[in-house]
Amino acid sequence: MNTELLGIIATYLLTLAIAIPLGKYLAKVFAGEKVWTDFLKPVEKGIFKLSGINTNEQMNWKQAMKAMLTINLVWLVYGFFVLLNQDKLPLNPDGNPGMTPDLAFNTIISFVVNCNLQHYSGESGVSYLTQHVVLMFLQFVSAATGLAAAVVFFKAFRDKTTATLGNFWEYFVKSITRLLLPLALIMAIILAFSGTPSSYEGKDQFISLQGDTVNVSRGPAAGFIAIKHLGTNGGGWFGANSAHPLENPSYFTNMVELIAQVILPIAMVIAFGYFIRKRKLAWMIFGVMTIGMFLLLIPTVSSELGGNPAIAKMGISQLSGAMEGKEVRFGPAISGYWSTVTTIISTGSVNSMHDSTMPLTGLWQLLGMMINAFYGGCGVGVLNYFIYLIIAVFISGLMVGRTPEFLGHKVEAREIKIAAIITLLSPFLILAGTALSSYVFMAHGDAAWAVQPKNWLNNPGFHGFSEMLYEITSSNANNGSGFEGLGDNNVFWNVTSGFILFLGRFLPIIGPVAIAGLLGAKKYIPESAGTLKTDTMTFSLMTFAVILVLNALSYFPALALGPLAEYFTLIK
Amino acid sequence: MKKYILQSIRLTAVLLVLLCVIYPLIVAFAGGFSKGKGGGEKITKNGQVVGYALLGQSFTKAQYFWGRPSAVGYNAAGSAGSNKGPSNADYLKEVSNRADSLLKYHPYLKRTDIPADMVTASGSGLDPNISIEGASIQVKRVAAFRHLDEAAVADLVKTHIQGPLLGLFGPSSVNVLELNLALDELKAK
Repeated sequence: MNTELLGIIATYLLTLAIAIPLGKYLAKVFAGEKVWTDFLKPVEKGIFKLSGINTNEQMNWKQAMKAMLTINLVWLVYGFFVLLNQDKLPLNPDGNPGMTPDLAFNTIISFVVNCNLQHYSGESGVSYLTQHVVLMFLQFVSAATGLAAAVVFFKAFRDKTTATLGNFWEYFVKSITRLLLPLALIMAIILAFSGTPSSYEGKDQFISLQGDTVNVSRGPAAGFIAIKHLGTNGGGWFGANSAHPLENPSYFTNMVELIAQVILPIAMVIAFGYFIRKRKLAWMIFGVMTIGMFLLLIPTVSSELGGNPAIAKMGISQLSGAMEGKEVRFGPAISGYWSTVTTIISTGSVNSMHDSTMPLTGLWQLLGMMINAFYGGCGVGVLNYFIYLIIAVFISGLMVGRTPEFLGHKVEAREIKIAAIITLLSPFLILAGTALSSYVFMAHGDAAWAVQPKNWLNNPGFHGFSEMLYEITSSNANNGSGFEGLGDNNVFWNVTSGFILFLGRFLPIIGPVAIAGLLGAKKYIPESAGTLKTDTMTFSLMTFAVILVLNALSYFPALALGPLAEYFTLIK
Repeated sequence: MKKYILQSIRLTAVLLVLLCVIYPLIVAFAGGFSKGKGGGEKITKNGQVVGYALLGQSFTKAQYFWGRPSAVGYNAAGSAGSNKGPSNADYLKEVSNRADSLLKYHPYLKRTDIPADMVTASGSGLDPNISIEGASIQVKRVAAFRHLDEAAVADLVKTHIQGPLLGLFGPSSVNVLELNLALDELKAK
């Protein structure tokens, strides 16, 4: 077994070793049971007192969603103002300018919705103040928003019948104090001791060994990079994200960052099972997600290790695999693993440039984001999966001719309608968005924007189409990675992706929570011989089939025009 | 609704203090005890800073080992990959030209000796490493230019190989800056 593949296996096993106990811990934390971190209770009490929040106040699903939307709105307004005026605010040692309104619009939405699509470059586009009080702040709270929404959803299935789903604020604050903040502290210190800068010194200058004058961007990056991964945010401190040697110094830190981004999505699946006391269901969900991940991972790694056929034709040796856009200290194998992980779980950080990966790798990256439920983002992964699950319940119900049920609650027309709308939303946003951008590119090439549409694409032909498809898909999935060759800092991309980001975030949260709220309030029907069991292998296969069929039907034509077409031209 | 707005604003203010003041200050304080004191580890030669341990630099002169092509010319004020797609004809031409240029300076090589990392741009544009093969193919040129024993230079490369993590995980590589610093020392002997 070669050391690069061994690295992947070790990383995944370590991930499980941390995520599974973490899931059990989370279930206890959110259920209010005794845990060893209870010494933090006074801190939480202080936060609630200062904020005027009474955590005994029970919310129904509508109130929980209102609380969520309200605080997100506050962040949008506050952050937009800071981004516009960062040049006039303190902590800007490199003298970076304020953002244009369209860029600020895109950036603030992108960070509020846990996406971290970046149309600016960290070194020159933001001040240290912005990096801290807007971007890093939002990396914490947007992740906590996803987690809290997921717990509200869990609560609907914990008791037989319930109209109240706990207190959103309590789940939200606990996500930070009991989970994100302590883990981020540990990880930030590991990174700082591995070479990532953590002090507030600005740009440095030195004369290199052969006599060139070189400038170096720095800044307090370690704390930012820790939460960017734990919260599945993904926005980089530096432009090159985790390919940057200061952002990801070694193979060791690469493993740490890879593990950090997957532990919460997996832990939340496990937590779901323990929280609602249906562990088998959670393991089945985990199983489907894991099989899905490996089905994307194996061909990805194999296509990256295979190298670029066009470069092979030149006679150049590609012993290690495809190297364009990759770092030697990581190599193509773990970079392939990273690209799978970061696309299925909506982190969107990168340690290699996705624009330069092989066509089929691009296909798997896109598909991972389109499905968006194999582990999925922080908290929202379970919610996304639930929509597929409800569709599977509905279809199975029809097949056996019974009223569909989920965990003792009848699934009726209203719930199915919500699930159907959410299911259709993704293809609609992705396909309409890509169609619109393709049209603008073809018909209005000379439009006088910061980047003219005819100059948008860094690569011609099918790959250029993939660049646009990727940008829109990434926005809808709240992923944040990109085919970064795309000239995306202009009014068209900033506004279009801004709206898609917003819709792609909040509707897929509200939908599942609403379904759960409606189901939870219904009368409990005890399990009988006629009940369709949702924690069986058969039903899991059914869900998997639903995921495959829905996504294949929605996206095959678009994928055929982009990565598949490129693949066939490259191997001919 | 009004209640939620007030609560949201107050909670945001409290969390800003916790997450954006207390948290980064703890990290900055802890980072002060790291090798680079939180500002990134620097490498000095004769009291002069000649680079950062983690950042690659441009080496174009014949007396040095060269690093990988870079989309930002190793200017660490920014960072980026080329973002060239695998089927882009202009890009493929560029790769081929880079190979030709390497062959020109290393006439003893065949194309099949050239490893891919030496003709492709890295993800960050600041990659400090090259593959072992990437260093080995340059030994003869460097030794000839510096009038050094080829075996001594080859040995130097060998001692600068960074193996997999714990000997088990990940690829092996060579740090170009460290290798070149050691090379300058070798000359002094």
